[in-house]
Parts: sequence; structure tokens; C-alpha cells
Amino acid sequence: MFNTISRMLHTGLLTEPLPAPDQTAPTLATRQKELLKILGRALCIRHVDAGSCNGCELEIQALNNPYYNLEGAGMKFVASPRHADLLLVTGPVSVNMEEALKRTYDAMPDPKLVVAVGDCGACGGFFGTTYASRGGVARIIPVNLTIMGCPPSPAAILDGILRSVRPTETEDLKGTVSQ
Amino acid sequence: MATDFMEFQAARLPANIPSRRLRVDRVQWLQTAKALRESKARFLTFWGADDRDRDGGFRIYAAYLLPDTVMVVEHFIEDSPAPSYPSIAGFYPAALRMQRSVYDLLGISTDETDSRGWLRHGGWPETLFPLRRDVDGSRQYPIASGPYPFVPVEGDGVHEIAVGPVHAGTIEPGHFRFSVVGEKVLRLEERLGYTHKGVAKLFENTSQQNGHRLAARVSGDSAVAFSWAYCAALESITETVCPARAILLRALALEHERLANHLGDLGALGNDGGFAFGLTQFSRLKEDLLRANTVAFGARYLMDYVVPGGVAFDLPADARCRLLDLYDALEPSVNQMRSIYDEHAGLQDRFREAGRLEQSTAEKLGAIGLAGRASGIACDLRVDHPWTPYDSLVPKLIVRSGGDVAARVQVRFDEILESLRLCRALLSGPPIETIHTSVPVAAPDLLGIGLIEGWRGPVMIALETGPNGGIRRCHAHDPSWQNWPSIEYAILGNIVPDFPLINKSFNLSYSGQDG
Ligand code: SF4
Repeated sequence: MFNTISRMLHTGLLTEPLPAPDQTAPTLATRQKELLKILGRALCIRHVDAGSCNGCELEIQALNNPYYNLEGAGMKFVASPRHADLLLVTGPVSVNMEEALKRTYDAMPDPKLVVAVGDCGACGGFFGTTYASRGGVARIIPVNLTIMGCPPSPAAILDGILRSVRPTETEDLKGTVSQ
Repeated sequence: MATDFMEFQAARLPANIPSRRLRVDRVQWLQTAKALRESKARFLTFWGADDRDRDGGFRIYAAYLLPDTVMVVEHFIEDSPAPSYPSIAGFYPAALRMQRSVYDLLGISTDETDSRGWLRHGGWPETLFPLRRDVDGSRQYPIASGPYPFVPVEGDGVHEIAVGPVHAGTIEPGHFRFSVVGEKVLRLEERLGYTHKGVAKLFENTSQQNGHRLAARVSGDSAVAFSWAYCAALESITETVCPARAILLRALALEHERLANHLGDLGALGNDGGFAFGLTQFSRLKEDLLRANTVAFGARYLMDYVVPGGVAFDLPADARCRLLDLYDALEPSVNQMRSIYDEHAGLQDRFREAGRLEQSTAEKLGAIGLAGRASGIACDLRVDHPWTPYDSLVPKLIVRSGGDVAARVQVRFDEILESLRLCRALLSGPPIETIHTSVPVAAPDLLGIGLIEGWRGPVMIALETGPNGGIRRCHAHDPSWQNWPSIEYAILGNIVPDFPLINKSFNLSYSGQDG
């Protein structure tokens, strides 16, 4: 126990400010307020791996580490799509996961957001469109926003999630994202 | 002796560790498997290829690990309406799922009775075998999924719990079918293949110079191991000698990959054991390492770092100090966390005895790599078959005999400390010089293999060159193939709520086995 407490004290508070893509980017407090205004509570995120190489998962998991501290920013991962506002999808959609992805999407209550993560989620990446892969997520379910990268960094993912929640940003993207 | 032919007929095979290739007929295919099993050779991988365009048939290959060499046994199957070969699963049960996959992709079958698809879930027609050369891999087909009969367990109070393919967390998809009485697991049957992305077919449209990038994405958490294995195969075929510095940097990257995954797993295991503090601490340490990766290797995850002929990015001048500082900070933290874990009664209660894989079971199933070493299987390619630079580093073999979650935790702790030692030694290598040499285009129809001990176990690439700098066939093997069946045994008699912890203690790749 002594060890645990001493390690806690030694580690201190590591959480960093949220990513600031531009100079006018809001602070953590305003982001939290914004989320609260739009949703009235924390943003609930459900992740689905639709066939990724597992690289993108690693960076999504990193969002929970103390540096990014996702929950501190008013967002949390939930275990069921029925509890989720936002679906985070990784990977190209493999034909073997197509059905499961559609069902997960259908199980979410409206209104819902979908964010496709990684080059694969955006357009199929290295795996493209083949007998085994349907390509990008937007070919199977409607996508509000894509985050490029292979894999994208946790900061980029966090930034994408925050942008997807602001109605103006996703509307701008709708036309360009769906293929 | 019926297997004498093995001794003198085996030819040298280009590879980063001594390897031989043996061509056998149908009868010898079984005889070799039997003889190798009796001599305690380990089964590495199994794959097939469509060679009807070249000489009118199919080829199957099985790779075995012997104490002094890797033996790739090759068998030619004449084309016919129903091409087939004898199953080796009687000697090496791990071959079973690989044989089912070879049927799904190539349409060559065995005498096994289990004819359920493994990779094909109804996403393409039953009569279409995508890895055949006359099949256009870019065509799409409507899904027509049929039933997948799981083996039923009957008896008083037995019921089934179906889990997946989508799981309640940020993890890969797969299906687990538990047969339970109360909470106790009587049987677990896995169904995988959900993330099958047709990697083998994609390789056929990839150039030799680009294959490492696809290989790195077979299983993203083992990107360095896969891309190195690919490059080792290509460089062996072309007899390219990489600059010494590039080899050291590859090993440094491989050890960083091991460290990152072990740190991540130790955190997740603490969390699954009800000790969230462990996750916070280890995920922080892992993040520190990934940030140092950006400085040293130019990226957090090294998807495109190892390239044919060397590496893509030299260690910047200031990176050496930064890395040594990182190791100096990591080591005491890991040691402190180890004593916290060891002394935490609640955590130890969850770890000990949970998910035990006995050594005898592990031997029979052919468990390998980290999970094998936690069950007393003393096998680590870096130690037993050291390729450069591991021959001069002399890594320590880490083995535990417990076979439970606690043993897999301890192996990770020990391996982190050993990896840190290796990293320090690697940094004292030759100073800045060339990190890359050009690799010539390989002639067609040459086979070579690359075998690298990744953090999970031996990762293997078997590369056959095509004309004009192309790839004829490339088989990528993740050690998860051998180890997935072990979980079905490790869970027996445990309770369902312990499954996430036990599963995590193996932390196998879905994408790596699905391909
Ligand atoms: S984008 Fe890259 S890291 Fe993400 S799933 Fe695709 S290949 Fe893997």
C-alpha cells in the first residue's frame, strides 16, 4: 500500500490540454461546456472494429491514458451501442464484419454520429475493395467525419471526435465523406 | 528408416535463420509430420499455393522448427476436380484451422471431417476459391451466411453463452461460444475469421519493394516483426547484406515493440483484475515510450520503419540520450509496479490459478511464443536460432512453468527488463553510418523465408517471387494461430467472468490469424 501511494504522489497529474488545431480552439472548459450544451451530459462512445489490423485500436486505447484523459474531457466509452451517441469505427469493413457493423449501427438510438478512424476506415487503406473487404466505412453506414492516419495519433482522434460533435463541422463534411 | 530421405534430400532455403526445403510425395507428407512430431520438432505454419498455371497442380507447405534448422516440407498435388492431401492435424492439432483456411482460399481439402468454413463466413460463393490464380480478387459478392454449427454440450443445467463478434471494449472482433453450468465453463469454442481482409491475395498485386508495408499491417501491434520478417525473406532471396547499423536499429525497434505491448498488457491485466491504478500507471509508461518512438524512429507505431535493405529513418543525434533517459526512468517504475502487483492480494487472487495451461497441454497443442514460455515451453528464436544482431546480444531465455495468468504476467515483467538490457546494448553499437542499401529485383519463382521472434512469438513470412519484381505468393503467419486453441483449454473449469482476464493474458491477434 505504501508503494502504491508513493507512486501516486510521485506520478502527479499528467493530463495535458486538449488538442488545439487552430488558434481559436476552445479550452478544455469550453469544450466540456459545449459538449454539455449539445448533449446535456457526457458524450458516450462505442467503438467497433470492422476489420482493422489492430493498429488503430491501440491509439484509441491510448485516449484513456492519463495524458489524454478522455473522461476528464467529458467523454467515455460505453459497452453497448444502445448507450452510445457516437460510433467510432476502425478498419476497412471486412465482408465478415459487414452484418455486425450494420446491426451495431441500427442498435444505436437516434440521433447518432459515426466517425471513421484511420486510412482504412476512410477509404479501405491498404486493403481497398476486394472479395474480402468492402473498403471504407461510408460504403456501409453513413459517416459524419473521417480521421486519416495509419494509425492516426490519439490527439488526432480526440480532435476528430470533438469536431464531429459540433453540428457545423459535420454538416460541412457530409458531402465529401460519403463515397 | 522410412524418413531417411529427410536427411539427404533437403536443400538449403534462403532465410535469416538456417532453413532447408524438402520436397515429398503424399505418403512422405504424413511420414515427415510423424517423424518430426516424434523428434519434438515444433510446428510453425502451413500454407498452400495455386501452381496450376506453372505445372498443373497445387502445392502445400508445412514449416517445422528443429533444434538446428527450420524445415519447410513441400508437397505437390496434381490438379483434379477435388484436389486433396492427408491431414497432419493428428500430429500437429494446430494445423487443423490452417487446413480449413487453405480449403476456403484454394479449394484443396483434407480427410478431416470438420468441413466448416474458417475464413469464409458466406461473404463469397462456396464454389469460389479466392486465392486461385484464375479468380479476380477485386470482385465483390453479396453475403449469404449459412449456419455454423457449434459443437453442442448437453446435460442437466448446461446452457450456452454467445459472445461477439463485437465485444464490449476497444478490441478486435471474434466469436466465443461458452457452454456453462452456472458460471463454470465446460467448453469454449472459438470462431474467428471476422477480420479476414484477403491479405494473401493482395500480396499478389504488390511489388517486392512494397510488400513490407502490407506485411506490417497484417497485425498492427507486430508491425516491426512482420515487416522485418518480410524484408529478411526478400534480402535472403536477393543475397542482400544490410548495413550493420540498420540491423541494430531494426532490433531496437523490435524491442521497443515488445516493450510497448508488454507495458500495455500489464496495465490492461491490472485493470481486468480490478486494479485500475495498474492501467493508469502502465498506460502512462507506454505513452512515454511511444512518444520517444516519435523522436527515435519518426512515428509512434512503426508501420513503415523497416524497409527492404535497411530502415527508413536514422536515429537523430539527440535520440540516443533521450532513449537512455527513458530506459533509466522505465526500469525503476516497472520494478516498483512489479512489487505493487506482487503484494496486492486481490490482484494475485485473480491472477493465480486462473486460466492454467499445463505444460503437457501446451506441448500437445503446439503453443508457442510468450504464452508457450509461460507454460514451460522453452522456445525463443532470439535465443535458440539467433539471427544478427541477436547472435552477439545473447538474450536471456525467460520461461515460467505455472501456465496461469500469473505466469504470463511474470514472463512479461521479466521480458521487459531483459528488453531494456538489449536496448541499452543496441544503443552502444556503431555510430552514424549508412542505414540503407538497395535491394536488387529478385528473379521469379524463388522461395525465401523470414522468421522473427515478435513480442507474441515467431512471426513468419514465406515469400515466393514473381516476374518483373512482383510477388507470386506471400504467406504471413502470426503465432496467434497456434495459441488461440490454447485459450479453449485454459478457460476450462474457470468462471465466465474471468474470461476477459484470461483472454487478455494471452492477448492474441485476431487480425493476424484472420489474414
Ligand atoms: S489505418 Fe493503418 S493502423 Fe488503422 S487499421 Fe488501417 S492499416 Fe491498421
